[in-house]
Amino acid sequence: MTPTLETAAKPEGLRRIAIDPLSRVEGHGKVTILLDDQQRVHQVRLHIVEFRGFERFIQGRPYWEVPVMVQRLCGICPVSHHLAAAKALDLVVGARQLTPTADRVRRLMHYGQILQSHALHFFHLASPDLLFGFGSDPSKRNVVGVVAAQPELARQGVLLRKFGQEVIRVTAGKRVHGTGAVPGGVNKHVTRAERDALKSALPQVLEWARSGVQLVSRLHLANRQRFDAFGAAPSNLLSLVGENGALELYDGTLRARDADGKILFDGLDCQQYRSRIEEEVKSWSYMKFPYLAALGPQAGWYKVGPLARVQNCDGISTPMAEDERVAFRKAFDGAITHAPLAYHWARLIELLHAAELIARLLDDDALSEGALTSSGPRRGEGVGVIEAPRGTLIHHYRVAPDDLVTMCNLIVSTTHNNTAMNEVIREVARTELDGREPTEGLLNHVEVAIRAFDPCLSCATHALGQMPLVIDVLDSQGALVHRLKRDPP
Amino acid sequence: MTPPVLVLAIGNPSRGDDALGPAFAQHLESTFAKEIAEGRLEVLTDFQLNVEHALDLLGRRQVLFVDADARGAAPLAFTPVTARADPSFTSHALSPSAVLEAFTRVEARPPPPAFQLAIRGERFELGEGLTPQAAAALGQARRFFDDWWKGVEGMARHEA
Repeated sequence: MTPTLETAAKPEGLRRIAIDPLSRVEGHGKVTILLDDQQRVHQVRLHIVEFRGFERFIQGRPYWEVPVMVQRLCGICPVSHHLAAAKALDLVVGARQLTPTADRVRRLMHYGQILQSHALHFFHLASPDLLFGFGSDPSKRNVVGVVAAQPELARQGVLLRKFGQEVIRVTAGKRVHGTGAVPGGVNKHVTRAERDALKSALPQVLEWARSGVQLVSRLHLANRQRFDAFGAAPSNLLSLVGENGALELYDGTLRARDADGKILFDGLDCQQYRSRIEEEVKSWSYMKFPYLAALGPQAGWYKVGPLARVQNCDGISTPMAEDERVAFRKAFDGAITHAPLAYHWARLIELLHAAELIARLLDDDALSEGALTSSGPRRGEGVGVIEAPRGTLIHHYRVAPDDLVTMCNLIVSTTHNNTAMNEVIREVARTELDGREPTEGLLNHVEVAIRAFDPCLSCATHALGQMPLVIDVLDSQGALVHRLKRDPP
Repeated sequence: MTPPVLVLAIGNPSRGDDALGPAFAQHLESTFAKEIAEGRLEVLTDFQLNVEHALDLLGRRQVLFVDADARGAAPLAFTPVTARADPSFTSHALSPSAVLEAFTRVEARPPPPAFQLAIRGERFELGEGLTPQAAAALGQARRFFDDWWKGVEGMARHEA
């Protein structure tokens, strides 16, 4: 077996397995695995097969259009792009300090997005693997199987999604293509009637969120050995943190820890992200590979997202989520866990935190009254960093005096996790696939590991009729020797 | 009161012919503004369908899904949709059938009658506009909807 499994020493003559497309993952990506005749694994890669040209799409546009236009980059987390762009452009219009209203409305919008995104991932995309097992009957290993086995769980997922969408609607103006955040603030208040309507659903939302954490922690602890070891690949961690190192999803400074939890840097102003993060390009992927500059590409790769955030912070500001964070850390004896499956546990802690934050904000009258925008001396450049559901999201713009964007650099959450996802599936290949005849159940193990990151490989287009679910095994001559199909549920 | 007819138009306005759904919705919002204002028709648009859209079907008499179709018949195809848990049920982007299936599972009753208007698209690149073929197909889809709507309204009057 090739030790790193990134590139086979002699790829010629090896069988090639392609899992294409990955299911229960947003966007178009595929995994290729090279095997020899004894089923030994020689190469494993997660490929992003589409060049998206996001930056080119934005450059040349007037800056005030950007928070709306960037939502079209991704059909899954448009609100995160909307807010990250607005944050970057706040600096361009000189709004170094938002009004209390703008801060609260944007935060409420963001927490709605976190809640609905995390709910979809756990209740509909990840729970089948966790409830039924990674290699279980694929005809049951889907949300239909979840509905049959635990109908209330699937229903809660739908209703939590709906609640999150409603939070987004009242803050962004619309469920999609929202215009709520503008450079320098927001363009509307949240009315008291809208707040009251959302408040009426809160007791149920909080209860479902809390029972979700308890369910995922029970599942993890019941399968402790398996879940802790599966795909574990130690790495550095990166996220925003707030005051006193608290978990912070909307605004803060950047902190990185090493694989053992030692802080590598802290309090980094987001405007300085380029002093600490660099990106590597590889010939076999359109997605770049970011790393911590001081450690270099080999040792500097890191994880972002719920697992990084919950372990990178020193505490959580809301009581129920903090209790769950403490229980989570205690379960791992205070050590950093790199188990991809622990992402699910951390994600549900964040879902609960988002629900608590929404409850807190809905009591804040600044949502309904006060100045919407602020401004100051104009600048030519701004960086906006936000913790999107999947992890740290960076938007960086330069704007010319004629108001047109001249430079745009985006580092999206899934790009930060690119090396981590590749390393995790290589670990799964080493421990689960190597030397064994590949089956659909075994190959699903690879997807389970990727799904834990909830990656968004979105091209934000879907069009009818583009959803084959086939795994092809090709021999060394490229001839099809085996086809594994996932039958519809 | 919930408008009895829902048009759910899907697509990304900045993805070439994926904009067919949003463009169709925009047309309805201006041409059928009176019907919308009177609560007889509701038009929603989104990037892609997901489980929560099942709840948008509550209280409807008819639902029409409108979407670009990369491989279907040109210029358009109008077909009934039935509830079915197809592979999209386990993804971030559901098919119309899977949305109906989600409705059935969540509400424990059959979904309202639903149809799909699939408009043929050719190119789906970020930052591109509609292709001439798609623009022509959109025109035909608008005319098709005018006739369909007359039928829907006629049926409503008959039943009243």
